[in-house]
Amino acid sequence: MADNRFTGTSSYIATDDLTMAVNAAVTLERPILVKGEPGTGKTQLAIEVARALGHPLHEWHIKSTTKAQQGLYEYDAVARLRDSQLGDDRVHDIGNYIVRGKVWEAFESEEQPVLLIDEIDKADIEFPNDLLRELDRMEFYVYETKKLITARHRPIIVITSNNEKELPDAFLRRCFFHYIKFPDKDTMAQIVNVHFPDLKKNLLREALDAFYKVRDVRGLKKKPSTSELLDWIKLLLAEDIPPEKLRGAESRNAIPPLYGALLKNEQDVHLFEQLVFLDRRTNPQ
Amino acid sequence: MLIPFFYMLREGGMKTSITELLTLLEAMKNGLAGQSVDDFYYLARASLVKDEAHLDRFDRIFGAYFKGVEDSLADLMQDIPEEWLRHQAELSLSEEERRQIDAMGGFEALMKALQERLDEQDERHEGGNRWIGTAGTSPFGAYGYNPEGVRMGQKGSRNRSAVKVWDKRDYRNLDDSVELGTRNIKVALRRLRKFAREGAADQLDLDDTIDKTARNAGLLDIRMVPERHNAVKVLLCLDIGGSMDDHVRICEEMFSAARSEFKHLEYFYFHNFIYENLWKDNRRRHAEKTPTLDIAHKYGSDYKLIFVGDATMSPYEIVYAGGSVEHWNEEPGAIWIKRLLNTYPKSVWLNPEPKQRWDYTPSTKLIREIMDERMYPLTIAGLDDAIKALH
Repeated sequence: MADNRFTGTSSYIATDDLTMAVNAAVTLERPILVKGEPGTGKTQLAIEVARALGHPLHEWHIKSTTKAQQGLYEYDAVARLRDSQLGDDRVHDIGNYIVRGKVWEAFESEEQPVLLIDEIDKADIEFPNDLLRELDRMEFYVYETKKLITARHRPIIVITSNNEKELPDAFLRRCFFHYIKFPDKDTMAQIVNVHFPDLKKNLLREALDAFYKVRDVRGLKKKPSTSELLDWIKLLLAEDIPPEKLRGAESRNAIPPLYGALLKNEQDVHLFEQLVFLDRRTNPQ
Repeated sequence: MLIPFFYMLREGGMKTSITELLTLLEAMKNGLAGQSVDDFYYLARASLVKDEAHLDRFDRIFGAYFKGVEDSLADLMQDIPEEWLRHQAELSLSEEERRQIDAMGGFEALMKALQERLDEQDERHEGGNRWIGTAGTSPFGAYGYNPEGVRMGQKGSRNRSAVKVWDKRDYRNLDDSVELGTRNIKVALRRLRKFAREGAADQLDLDDTIDKTARNAGLLDIRMVPERHNAVKVLLCLDIGGSMDDHVRICEEMFSAARSEFKHLEYFYFHNFIYENLWKDNRRRHAEKTPTLDIAHKYGSDYKLIFVGDATMSPYEIVYAGGSVEHWNEEPGAIWIKRLLNTYPKSVWLNPEPKQRWDYTPSTKLIREIMDERMYPLTIAGLDDAIKALH
């Protein structure tokens, strides 16, 4: 067991509660549902779990048009129709036209795989219900070939959701759940450290201060998230901006350099500039 | 084992099921929670809570159960007559005042003080800052603001805080029993989505293809259809200025948050009521106006028209020419709004004022008549009804 525990990786900081949720899911072989603000590393979690445990990863990205059936298999009726027109021999075996989906691939895996079902809330409201039996029993039936497909090894299933739709209770009951909350300053410092190991201490501190200050601005439509912070630091490094310049932002009457990486919405940028301007007028230095 | 805890969760309004309890027990059997209380807490949370809106509630129940204070709390609660706590008045405090009462000592001190005060107090109390009752700033009671207070018999959490402070309560602002947040508005507005096929035919219509091919004596006849897109178009008119400013920010936030959900979202501002001009940029409202007639001509009648306004004004502003507070209007506002309503049969008025106050303002009654009673409060339930009316 000891070697089969997930504790975060060299490039991913997992908090204790997240580690516990993942380990529970791995041990009991139940899916884990991960929610959280965009940019807090939900999708990354599956990738890192696969890497840490040394399992192959199968990714299934969900769109608004995705059907549950597509994850299992699809019957390519058009190809068969075409082949029948051309008199191809393959047409007699319907199995030739069954296209495997991501779930099937994961079920057939030689070793225990990690299956990522990304952004499950994008799909139709019935989507999770259609996968209940598959996720529970880890098997499904192919009607065209009358074959029952059972998982060789129950995959570790990581499901992410952005909360666009409510998920059905029956589905939720079968999962472990974790909500990734926005990291506090300490955790954030660890996260940045993992990504930029040789970042100067004072630059990191100044950058984090400036970042949380921007996040605290009220009325922002889209608050900057972890991934935006990482991008911003990357830019700061590339431009070789000294920490002193960030401290300008500390005194609240300067705009942090390269803030375009943090604010992605022109209304937000506008609001921010206005606030800074106002501040400069009321508290001149 | 854990059965009382399980029932406490259910009594606390969580929809925890037996399956989930069994999962937790199974996980414990597998030695997952062996190391510390924290581990057990994380494990229990991951297996029993399935909605971040319930995380805060879970934290509270967990704290109550596992720190052995549930008895003292329950007893205290029973001793307080319900009517004391019934919602009677509302109180809004400035940031300054809130800060002043922010620190009141820890939970232990609070519970002790509560007990003492219960002994002293013997009648119903409202407002004020000491006694137990409603709408005050005392740490005990409901519908008031004291972030470290103990909440009693309050519907939903008012300022999203006033309860106990055992735990860090990190998930407090995710609780969905509170009024309107951008998040639940987004979910509500999504119901407006309507899918329609429009644009280039780039998807295979399998049924039609098979049908046509069969009719074609087996010769392949491929049929295509356009992809399904969300086809909802929304025209939003926001009242701006004065009492509406607070609300407008929320409304703007919510509609721009849901912007991606609509095919078209156009917004205009008005002040108090609709007249011959609307505008898009409030700072240049006198310079850049859009004639209301142009709007009615430009945007087709398939747009859904949503007014957001508190509908509170002098009735003259609606029914008389020249009634506008800002300019001389040749025709009364009622005529202008009727013109818009004729163009856009699907329309609603969202009113951020609480519904029970509507009857006291004649202008609200007037507008409701004009709108054929399609006025809804700006709450989740109201939004739901509004969206039903728009369909």
